[in-house]
Amino acid sequence: MAYTPEMKELIKRVEATRPERLARARRGENYPALTMAEREEVLSKYHPDYQSDAKRTVQVGPNKGDTFQEGVARLLESRSIVRPDKVNLSTVDFDTDVLVLGGGGAGTSAAIMASQGGCRVIIATKLRHGDSNTIMAEGGIQGATQECDSPYYHYLDTIGGGHFTNQRDLVAALAHDAPLSIAWLESLGMIFNKLPDGRMDSRHFGGSSRKRMQSAGDMTGAEIMRVIRDEVRNRSNLITTLEFHPAVELLLDEEGKCAGAILMNMETREFSIVRAKAVVIATGGFGRLHIKGFATTNHYGATMDGVVMAYRAGVGNKCLHSTQYHPTGVAYPEQNVGLLITEKVRGLGAHVLNIDGEQFCFPLEPRDVESAELIREAMDVGKGIITPTGRVGLWLDSPMIEELHGPGTVKKELPAKFIQFERHGIDISKEPMLVYPTLHYQNGGINVNGDSETIIPGLYGAGEAIGGVHGENRLMGNSLQDIITFGRRAGRNAASYIQGGVTLKGLTLDHVVKFEKELAEAGIEDPAIAPILLPDYATEEVVERRWTEALTDRAALR
Amino acid sequence: MCDADNTTTKKTIRVATGDRAILPEGAKTIPIYIMGKKYDVPETLTIMKAMEFAGFKFLRGAGCRGGICGACPTVYRMAGDYKLHYGLACQTVVEANMYLAQIPFFPANRAEYNIEEIGGAAEAIHALYPELFRCVACNLCTKACPMDVDVLGYISALKQGNIKKAAQLSFDCIQCGLCASRCMGEIPQYHIAQLARRVYGRYIQPRAEHLAKRVEEIESGKYDAMLQDLSAMSKEELEKCYVEREREPDMTAPGAWQPKETRYL
Repeated sequence: MAYTPEMKELIKRVEATRPERLARARRGENYPALTMAEREEVLSKYHPDYQSDAKRTVQVGPNKGDTFQEGVARLLESRSIVRPDKVNLSTVDFDTDVLVLGGGGAGTSAAIMASQGGCRVIIATKLRHGDSNTIMAEGGIQGATQECDSPYYHYLDTIGGGHFTNQRDLVAALAHDAPLSIAWLESLGMIFNKLPDGRMDSRHFGGSSRKRMQSAGDMTGAEIMRVIRDEVRNRSNLITTLEFHPAVELLLDEEGKCAGAILMNMETREFSIVRAKAVVIATGGFGRLHIKGFATTNHYGATMDGVVMAYRAGVGNKCLHSTQYHPTGVAYPEQNVGLLITEKVRGLGAHVLNIDGEQFCFPLEPRDVESAELIREAMDVGKGIITPTGRVGLWLDSPMIEELHGPGTVKKELPAKFIQFERHGIDISKEPMLVYPTLHYQNGGINVNGDSETIIPGLYGAGEAIGGVHGENRLMGNSLQDIITFGRRAGRNAASYIQGGVTLKGLTLDHVVKFEKELAEAGIEDPAIAPILLPDYATEEVVERRWTEALTDRAALR
Repeated sequence: MCDADNTTTKKTIRVATGDRAILPEGAKTIPIYIMGKKYDVPETLTIMKAMEFAGFKFLRGAGCRGGICGACPTVYRMAGDYKLHYGLACQTVVEANMYLAQIPFFPANRAEYNIEEIGGAAEAIHALYPELFRCVACNLCTKACPMDVDVLGYISALKQGNIKKAAQLSFDCIQCGLCASRCMGEIPQYHIAQLARRVYGRYIQPRAEHLAKRVEEIESGKYDAMLQDLSAMSKEELEKCYVEREREPDMTAPGAWQPKETRYL
C-alpha cells in the first residue's frame, strides 16, 4: 500500500535535506564510520547477539554452561508437551524404516535418498509439504561446477566467510557434494539459468573467489522445492507424507538408539507413535521466535523444534548464539515486512536517515554494526518513524541513487525490489524505503558429523537445524547447498545403517523423564512447554478479552 | 513469546514487534468481513495480519508469509460489487468493506509418473492428463492467478505440444490452486505445469557438460586429498590460502577465464 498522507508529510523532511546530502556525497564526503572502540560499544549496547542483558547461561542438558539468547535458552530448558510417564508406548500407530521430521528441502532430499536405498519412509511435517525457508530462498545455490573453480575453492571461500569457526568435516562434505547436488537436481528436471549451450550461468556473490552461484530466476529455492516435492509424490509406494503432523518428542529404544517419535495431528489434536529404525531431524531454523522482537524473513513454522527435541535426547548444539540479522529489512508496507533489501542499495549511495531526514551512521558498516546503529536511533534516540501498524523504521533514501548515477538506475540495478514496491504503490526511485533490522538465519544447530550422524545411533540431522557448516557467518547460496548436501547424506546413510541390520528394543521416553528431573533439580521455575510449534500473534487486547483468568476450564478454549 | 521485551527503553516507545500488529494511538480502523462476520482492523495491514489482529490463529492458510509458498489463497468481493477478486492473504492489503474467505486447499487430481522414463514428448503429458483437452479457453484461471501467470497461455501451449513455452509461461506458479478452483474443465493446471517444467528441465533444456565432467572428477576421488589437506591445516595456513586466492573477474563470461594457479582445479 502506498505511503499514507502522514508518511508523505514526513518524507518532505527527507527531501529537504537531500540536496545538501547529495552535494556532500558528490564531494566524496560521508558520515564518519565508527572506530573499533565505538563499534564495540554500539554492538554491546544494541546488537541482539551481544547484549548481555538478553542472554543467559543454560543450566541443564548437553550445552550446560553455554550462553544463549533468552528466547533460545528458554526453549532449551523447556519441558515436554506430554507427561512421559503417562504415555502408552506399547501401541505403535505407524511402523517404518526412516522417519523424516520436516518437509522442507533437507527433509525432502533425505526422504528421496532413503527411498532410493529401498527404505519405507514417513515425512512428518508441521505445515504443508514444502512450507519452509527453502521455498523462500531467492538468490541461488553454490556448487563448484565451472572449470576455473573446484571444491578446494568452495571450501576456502566458505571457511573464510565463516571467520574460520566452521566445523571442517562439514565444510569438506559441502564442497565435495555441491556439484553432485546440482547434477542431481538437474537430472530431476530442475530448470537452471543456463547459457544456450547448457552451461550454468553462474555468478559471483559476497565473499566468492569464483562465479559459483547457480540460480533459477530469482526463485531458486522455490524451484528446488517444487521439483523435489513432486519427486516425492511420484514415490508414494515408499514415501508417506503426513502434513500438519509435527513431531513433539523423539523416542529412543532401551539400548539408546533412536527409534521414532511422537507426532501430533494439529488439526484433531490426536497424538500418534511412530516406530522407525532411523530418524532424520530436518526441522529448520528459529526465525519465528522473533528473538528480541525482530521481524523475520522466515516461514510461519520456524520455531526450533528439532533442536529442542534433540537436546532432551542428549544431542547438543553449536553456534546457536549466532544469528544472522540483516540491517535493512522492510518495515513498510506490511506485505513486505521483514523481507530483505539488499546491501547493494547502500552500496549505490543511499543514505540511512531518521525521522528528521538526518544521517546518523555510515551506511556501509559491517552488517551487525549497521543493525545496532539503526536500533539505537529508533529505540534509544527515539527518532524512528512509526507506521500506521505501529512498526518502527528508518528511511533508506533510494532516490539518491537516481541523482548520483543517473535516471533509471534504480530500475536497472534493483529490478526485483523496484517491482516489489511498485506493486504496492511505492516508486522507490522517487520515494525512500522504510527499513529496520530483520532476523534471517539460524547459523547454529545440532551437532552432526560430515555423514549427517548425531551421537545417537539412528539419529541424523540436516539443513538449517544443524550447526557448524557455516560457522558464525554464512555465505549466500550455501544454505540451499547445505539442505541438499546434508539432506542427501542423511537419507543415504540412514538407509545403509538400516541395511546393516537394526533391531529395535522396547520404546522409551526415559530421556525425557531424566531431562525434566534435571530441570527440577536445577530449580528452573515455570519452564516453557516446547516445541512451541507455531508463534502466537494474538494482540494483548484479544488475549485480555479471552478472559484467561476468569475461565473455568482453560483447556476448553483450545 | 519473547516479542514484548524491547519496548522498555528510555522513552518507552510502544512499537509492533515480530509479526504482531498493534493499533497505535490515533490510527484508523476499517471494517472487513471475514467469512461474512464484521471485524474492525487497522488500515494498511495484510489480510493475514488483519485476521490475526482480529484474533484468528492460523493452522492452515499461512506458510512462508512472503508471497511464494501458495498456502494462503484468498477470494474476496467488495460490498455492493459483483466482481470477484483473488489474492494471497499475505500479499493483499485489507480494504474497507471487503468480504473475504480463504481457500487453503482445493482438490486436484495428480498423476504419478517416472521422470527417468517419461521422455520429452508432449504425448506422454497428454496421456497422463487427458482432461487438458476439456479446456474451453474461458480464461477464468488466468484471472484468478495471484502471480499473474498466463495460465490459459500455458495450457494452450501444452495442447499444441509446446513444452518449452508452457515451462516458461508457468515458471512463476506457486501452486496455490486458485486456477483449479475456477476451472470449468476441471483441469488441475498447476500439476500439469509442474510436469511440463520437469520434462523441460530434464529432456529439452541442454544439459551442462562442465557439470557432468566435474561429477566424474569428484567421483574419481580427485579432490579427496585436497579437502583433507585443507581440513588438516592450522588456522594461519588456511588464512594464508584464503587471502592468496585469485578472484575471477566480474565481467568475464562463465567458463571463459582461467586462473594462474591451476593445481587445485
